Amino acid sequence: MLKLQNICKTFEGRPVLDDVNLTVPKGVTHALIGSSGSGKTTLLRITLGLIPFDKGYVKINDQTLLSFTQVEWADRIGYVPQDGGLFPHISAKNNVALVATLRGWNKSRINDRVEELRKVVDLDPEILTHFPREMSGGQKQRVSIMRAAMMDPAVMLLDEPMAALDPLIRSSLQQELKSIFQRLGKTVLLVTHDLGEAVYLAEQLTMLHEGRMVQTGTYRELLLHPASPFVTQFINAQRTLPDASDVK
Amino acid sequence: MRRIRLIAFVVGTLTSCAALAAHTIVIAGKIFTESYVLGEIGAQTIESSSHVPVTRKLGMGSTGILFEALRSGAIDVYPDYTGTLAEAILKRPELKSIDEIRQGLAGSGLTISDSLGFNDTYALAVKEEFAEKHNLHSIGDLIPIQSSIRAAFSYEFMDRKDGYPGLVGSYHLNFNPQKINRMEHTLSFQAIDQNAADLIDVYSTDAKIKKLNLRVLKDDHNYFPVYQAVWVARQGFADKYPREWQALRGLEGKISEETMLDMNAQADIQKIPFEKIAAQFLGSDSPTSKGWLHEVARRTKEHLWLVGVSLLFSVLVGIPLGVTAVRFHAAGQAILLSSAVVQTIPSLALLCFLIPVFGVGTKPALAALCLYSLLPVVLNTFTGIRAVNPIHLENARAFGLNRRQVLFKVVLPLASPTLLAGIKTATIVSIGTATLAALVGAGGYGVPIVSGLALNDVPTILMGAIPAALMALVAHGIFELLGLALIPASLRRRP
Repeated sequence: MLKLQNICKTFEGRPVLDDVNLTVPKGVTHALIGSSGSGKTTLLRITLGLIPFDKGYVKINDQTLLSFTQVEWADRIGYVPQDGGLFPHISAKNNVALVATLRGWNKSRINDRVEELRKVVDLDPEILTHFPREMSGGQKQRVSIMRAAMMDPAVMLLDEPMAALDPLIRSSLQQELKSIFQRLGKTVLLVTHDLGEAVYLAEQLTMLHEGRMVQTGTYRELLLHPASPFVTQFINAQRTLPDASDVK
Repeated sequence: MRRIRLIAFVVGTLTSCAALAAHTIVIAGKIFTESYVLGEIGAQTIESSSHVPVTRKLGMGSTGILFEALRSGAIDVYPDYTGTLAEAILKRPELKSIDEIRQGLAGSGLTISDSLGFNDTYALAVKEEFAEKHNLHSIGDLIPIQSSIRAAFSYEFMDRKDGYPGLVGSYHLNFNPQKINRMEHTLSFQAIDQNAADLIDVYSTDAKIKKLNLRVLKDDHNYFPVYQAVWVARQGFADKYPREWQALRGLEGKISEETMLDMNAQADIQKIPFEKIAAQFLGSDSPTSKGWLHEVARRTKEHLWLVGVSLLFSVLVGIPLGVTAVRFHAAGQAILLSSAVVQTIPSLALLCFLIPVFGVGTKPALAALCLYSLLPVVLNTFTGIRAVNPIHLENARAFGLNRRQVLFKVVLPLASPTLLAGIKTATIVSIGTATLAALVGAGGYGVPIVSGLALNDVPTILMGAIPAALMALVAHGIFELLGLALIPASLRRRP
């Protein structure tokens, strides 16, 4: 379970996050949506333990972030950066195994775990020997998910997982991702500006606007009972293609 | 200051290890023909009378460098001239006799021999035919033709008080100022050869006197200052090796002006090797020349040592400095600026600055090379790291890598192409700059280059220049291979 409680953060005297509360129960996929400047990236970095915050708690299974070192925290939260964020100088396999190697895992343990995860994300074994520059966007995302899951963290955090993909790959990977999440059985928080992606992948949505939580709920709840005009505006703004009846 | 001390310590330790290896007598010489010849004569004299090995450091820079080298114990003995010692070293030009100068030098722990037998001073010279025609033997004989004679005098001769201004007073000469030309010393020989001048100033043992068949006019009034050639030695050397010092003093009075001029001509004009000239003079068999291959091998060893040590230093110190420069902004600017300033100091000047600190020989040369090779490494480490996408650094922290792991697993590998390029630049610069090390007696490919320049002998110059160029090429190749081994395959330039 991931819990963000009363998170406040000011930057140069300006509030960036104001009393953010968010609970993702175990095994649930939750999407944090908002446009750029909404504070979602700041919240992501706080959750990863990369930047300090002024008030509140970040907890995984009731253990608070501040009682851990960065290194200890990192093993509890698997991070999938935007566009995969693979290190360009090492192979896919070495990207996945990097942290385990540094923690002193032996070869066979590493190989077993890599193989296990490779099956979960359904990656061609050949790809593991490739460098990131030789891989497609979808392959990079799968490898990045393997890397995030390697240390068996309680929570996975994904930053705009589909943003860099072209629409066709996107729709096929979208279905794939959903089943990967199910197979991994992890608590997942995904941060995105893309409502479609959020709706498809996540059971619950939290909409963030100007550092404040506007509404949390299912897509249906947001659609039918918007907490503010902004929610409706945000939803409508993402449905920009004309209907068939409007096209001559 | 702490950095300088550190450098001094590292370089000092390295070179003293090298110096401890052998007890030798070090004979030095300046960077002109006569000094090479005398140095070689001295070296062979000791070799034939003693078992102590002799190290030759011929062709070292100026009087200042040699004097400093002598005082610091980097060399034991070298040939110089009384006038130079009185003026340039003691700064007391009024000292004329050898005894006075010897007393003056005793304070610095130095001593000199008596005159080797010749005086290399200013003189006036005319062409032999011209002398015959006007019956010229001494300077005074010029008076009858003084209004018509065309002279070409060097700038130094015209300006020095003990040159032209005093000369005309002493001999009551009255040259026609319209017919006196000031020019570069070397050009005045061309001028007289092409009959553009009748009279020039020369050094009395210059080989060109012989080559151009000139007659030196006698200085009846003993006007010109005396530049007696003598051995200058550390008193410590004379005390420790009395037999060898006596052997050198055995040459006192043995080398006449005529003989010296002849030997200079053999070196300058006939391109006879110094070893042969010296052996001929000493009446011994010419030492079996070990051949150019042996010479090149020896210089290669010296050169590699200079380049290798400075390179090791630049890597061990430069990379951490570059990393520090990225991490701490203010310190970074200071580091980059100071290594850039060092780079702008001309190499010869830097060598001179380092002599008071390190003495002469390998130490100052290594210190200078270390400082020069620092900038490319520091700068490329800095730029290489700065060019790493900061997203990778943040991601690495998010994955739980600590500072050290971020540096060694992410930052340095990603910066490695730029970093290696910096080390490569440092190596190539070092190989080139190390040729100047010969001027402070550190050996290397600079030795044949400097001696070839003194003799205007292209083949000798090439004996240093070609291997230096080859070494640079080999270094280039080695770095290409190193690149294959060290730079992650995905970061390499694709062919």
